[in-house]
Amino acid sequence: MTLLVIDWALIIEKLILIVVVVLASLVIALYSTYGERKIAAFFQDRIGPNRAGPFGLLQPLADGAKLIFKEDVIPNAANKWLFILGPAMSMTAALITSAVIPWGNHLEIGKRIVPLQIADVNIGILYVFGVVSLGVYGIMIGGWASNNKFSLMAALRGASQAISYELAMGMSLIALLMLTGSLSLKTIAAQQVGHLWNVCYQPLGFIIFLVCAFAECNRTPFDLAEAENELNMGYHQEYSSMKMGFYLFAEYVNMFISSAVMATMYFGGYDLPFFNPANHSANFAALIGIIALMAKVLFFIFLFMWVRWTIPRFRYDQLMNLGWKKLLPLALANMLITAVVILWLHK
Amino acid sequence: MQTLTNRSENVDRSPMTFVESLYLPAIVKGMGITLKHFFKKPATYSYPEVKRPFSPVFRGLHVLNRDEEGRERCTACGLCALACPAEAITMEAAERLPEEENLYREEKYAAKYEINMLRCIFCGMCEEACPKDAIYLSETFTPSDYARKKFIYAKEDMLIPNKNTEKEDYEKALGKDVPTTASAFFD
Ligand code: SF4
Ligand code: SF4
Repeated sequence: MTLLVIDWALIIEKLILIVVVVLASLVIALYSTYGERKIAAFFQDRIGPNRAGPFGLLQPLADGAKLIFKEDVIPNAANKWLFILGPAMSMTAALITSAVIPWGNHLEIGKRIVPLQIADVNIGILYVFGVVSLGVYGIMIGGWASNNKFSLMAALRGASQAISYELAMGMSLIALLMLTGSLSLKTIAAQQVGHLWNVCYQPLGFIIFLVCAFAECNRTPFDLAEAENELNMGYHQEYSSMKMGFYLFAEYVNMFISSAVMATMYFGGYDLPFFNPANHSANFAALIGIIALMAKVLFFIFLFMWVRWTIPRFRYDQLMNLGWKKLLPLALANMLITAVVILWLHK
Repeated sequence: MQTLTNRSENVDRSPMTFVESLYLPAIVKGMGITLKHFFKKPATYSYPEVKRPFSPVFRGLHVLNRDEEGRERCTACGLCALACPAEAITMEAAERLPEEENLYREEKYAAKYEINMLRCIFCGMCEEACPKDAIYLSETFTPSDYARKKFIYAKEDMLIPNKNTEKEDYEKALGKDVPTTASAFFD
């Protein structure tokens, strides 16, 4: 009698999916750096990197190679293990968020139905939140372990910023959850297929979520943790070589993942308007779904960069005021209004 | 208060309204502005493949002129060195020998003529001071180099090729078909 039947096909299928998703996030993050530089250039009436390869397309590889071959300095007074743990943690937290995002509906290989999601956890959103807040430990640990006052100050800023904005983010999500009645990202995405996207019901909630996502990703205007001109690069000041590369890279992975989360929760995930997946073969529908999701993700990444190259960084008090005095009450109001409307409609 | 231009605006110090304090309208407006720039032609050039046209009054590297017969015009009077605010010019004069009449226009000529391009501020005072039309500032600029002493340009570095004996070099030195000329600036 076997108590535990191992479904090898499942394990292999998930492994392949994990490798593909992780590789895809890395490649997209890699090319986001290129995109960031090009887009910044276009916004500033410049040409941007165009030396490495055609149109400068090999630039990210050159940057990566450069970072790897730089000397890796660990300051004398730094706490060595924490110093190494910091970037590792940032990167890990950034990468494992992708586990619960439904990248498409499902593939049919032979008789087998392969869902395009690594794990359909029924508390998917909570998982995302949990892991994203782990990311701030990367900043905290890095800033602390560097044994540098600027890094420490930046780490403190980063942490308090993350806490302030996570609150408003959570509140805006509760309103969305009241609407969907599920915490599973898969269910949320499936609900929107063929219907109005959630953003139509929750425009205010989406804007609050978007602002908070910027803050969570440490992107301008909320990049106080790495304020170059006041804190000398902030928490990764003492970092060099690939350790710093990891920090910078984690930011781009985060950006990709939070774009995917936003697209899934508010913009219909893999749903393409006026495209009915029931009329097509499952594999074709899945392919279209992936492309649709990627298009939305790319749009959000562009939005991230667009905002970054438009507005300057907030002052610290402005940041706190915005988070606690504006976004949080707005999110609460949004939650209440949603609750009242839902109750009223159900009556 | 009288303003110099009629474009100045008084700073509004009234406290922000609620909508303003959300920053969003202002941010959206700003994003509109940046988006406009996104589709604009870049203001920069892919140097060195594409060169930026200089303005017609660009003052670049010095050229020492020759007359129609290809003789050096400079008479080593030192007026350029005197006019130079950066004290970048040094020279040594020599007397022309009878058999050198085809080389030098005046009886006295500059045996040595050096400009330190690191000192020079390309003001063009030397050009203005010269009574013999011997020195001009061209439309090329000093190329970069690795050693400071390489920036001290000798007479041979600046002397324009002889248009009678070295025709090709002379045409090249005039830079007629290089896109950095004044004509390119206007089209
Ligand atoms: S351009 Fe001005 S600074 Fe340069 S050598 Fe002539 S006078 Fe001196
Ligand atoms: S360049 Fe002109 S001003 Fe200078 S020494 Fe020669 S002749 Fe005189």
